[in-house]
Amino acid sequence: MNEGVHVLFEPGFFSSATVHSALVVGAVVAVVTAVVGTFTVLRSQAFAGHSLGELGTTGGSAAYLGGVNPLWGFVVIAVVSGGIIESLGVRRPRLRDLTTGLVLGGGLGLAALFLYLDTTSSTTTGASVTILFGSLFTVSSNSAPVIVALSAAALGLVGLCYRMLLLGSLDTDLAAARGVPVRFVGFAYVLSLALAVSLAAATIGAVLSTALLVGPPAAALRMTKRPSTALAASAVVGVVATWVGILLAYDSYYWPPVHRGWPVSFFIVTLVFVFYVIVDLATSMRRRRQPPVRGH
Amino acid sequence: MFAGYMLNTWAAASMVAVVAGVVGFFIVLRGSAFVAHAVPHGAFGGAAGASLLGVSTLYGLGVFAVGGALAIGWLGRRGRHDVVTALSLVLMLALGALFLSMSSEYSAEVFSLLFGEVLGVARSQLLPIAGLGVAALAVMAIVYRPLLMLSVMPETSEARGLRPRRLETIFMLVVAMATAMTVPVVGAFLMFSLTLGPAAAARSFTSSPAPALSLSVAIALATVWVAIALAYVTNWPVGFYVGITGLVAYGAGRAFLAWRRRRVADAP
Repeated sequence: MNEGVHVLFEPGFFSSATVHSALVVGAVVAVVTAVVGTFTVLRSQAFAGHSLGELGTTGGSAAYLGGVNPLWGFVVIAVVSGGIIESLGVRRPRLRDLTTGLVLGGGLGLAALFLYLDTTSSTTTGASVTILFGSLFTVSSNSAPVIVALSAAALGLVGLCYRMLLLGSLDTDLAAARGVPVRFVGFAYVLSLALAVSLAAATIGAVLSTALLVGPPAAALRMTKRPSTALAASAVVGVVATWVGILLAYDSYYWPPVHRGWPVSFFIVTLVFVFYVIVDLATSMRRRRQPPVRGH
Repeated sequence: MFAGYMLNTWAAASMVAVVAGVVGFFIVLRGSAFVAHAVPHGAFGGAAGASLLGVSTLYGLGVFAVGGALAIGWLGRRGRHDVVTALSLVLMLALGALFLSMSSEYSAEVFSLLFGEVLGVARSQLLPIAGLGVAALAVMAIVYRPLLMLSVMPETSEARGLRPRRLETIFMLVVAMATAMTVPVVGAFLMFSLTLGPAAAARSFTSSPAPALSLSVAIALATVWVAIALAYVTNWPVGFYVGITGLVAYGAGRAFLAWRRRRVADAP
């Protein structure tokens, strides 16, 4: 029995404090990103979500330079640039992507400078790799409460304007006609997006945060059209992917070629991607088997 | 600044700028900024893999750029395009993170792949860069008219006997070629700045295709030249200057547009 358990869980998995905090923080972040990400997918704003995460590189590297916890850098830059993108107020998707891309380009230019100064001026090596690709195992114990608090704030924001947000995401014109303050809802959504993305950036890395934001909700929305079911399903998928990723990363310390362990973020991203492709193939096969009902 | 060893950089950067200007024009026209970002950025993973295996980064970049472009095209036919782009991008980057964790790569080399390196262009790289550049421009010349038609009027293109999917795939492959040649010079993160900034700026100055295309190439050339000169003088990363110059060019374009609109409005 013990042998069997050890095949799956290498010794020490359940007693390690690092693993405990990674499991808790990972689950909280996965739930928040899944909930916010469902709206991101509905609003077709994956690029904006990705850009805010990646701009975290700029904030994180600036924070390193100033000796501040990178989490604050992630949060500040995401909120500021999310506000800029939203206040440019471009509704047409093509132009919106263009302005998002230009803001992202400028931000990444600054990130290049900050990371360069980080590597030349300080003794902390590997700052760029940690900021870009993250590691759940290195989330410091004093940022865990902050992460939980910010998660609660993002969830609260979504909960408060849930109905307006849903209507605004599904059909902007209809929402505006019904008296929903579309601009206000847009800003509230971007604020929650900025919070969720910076939390994901702090845990699985600035450039990889998009996996949790977009992957589970996209897969869930393929499985069901009911928004509340999709929210729940994507939260479950996100948490499972994160936990299995942590387990595999822990086990991988015993794997070749170098016994340093494979990155947690790699496992989480790969699991999310594989799950999405499976759902994609399964749903399109089912659709092919049941030809659409034709109108008369 | 114009010493012998810098000539490689100037030559490579100029070729890169011409291709980026042409490809960027279509990217802006088609509004496919996310794909333009995802392909070069994700290709970084391939470069990391190539350095782990000890082969030229050009191969790694090429394999990942082509693979990513095809995966986005294939998955994007059935799902939401932006979601699929995002997921393919993060998968390639996650593989990059894995390769980095396995190799004992010196962090300065990783950094130069991400953000560009002025002195990073070796003489042996010039030939492949030139070859890829010529190939990319040749393909663009062949598909110029149909691609322009498809980008401006996607609805009527099928009726005109164009094959949108095949054209899109060809364009994605050109983006992949441009990626493989550009990333070693300006870095994976900022390549899309070079494609987006000049082209977006050019579009605000003129809306007719041929002048906008030439202007886009001219601004891209100016961008890399300024970036290299400044990077050489200050020793800061090229990527920083490419990103900022791209943004400045776009800002100038928008300002010009606003000024002209006001003049038109004021005219009696």
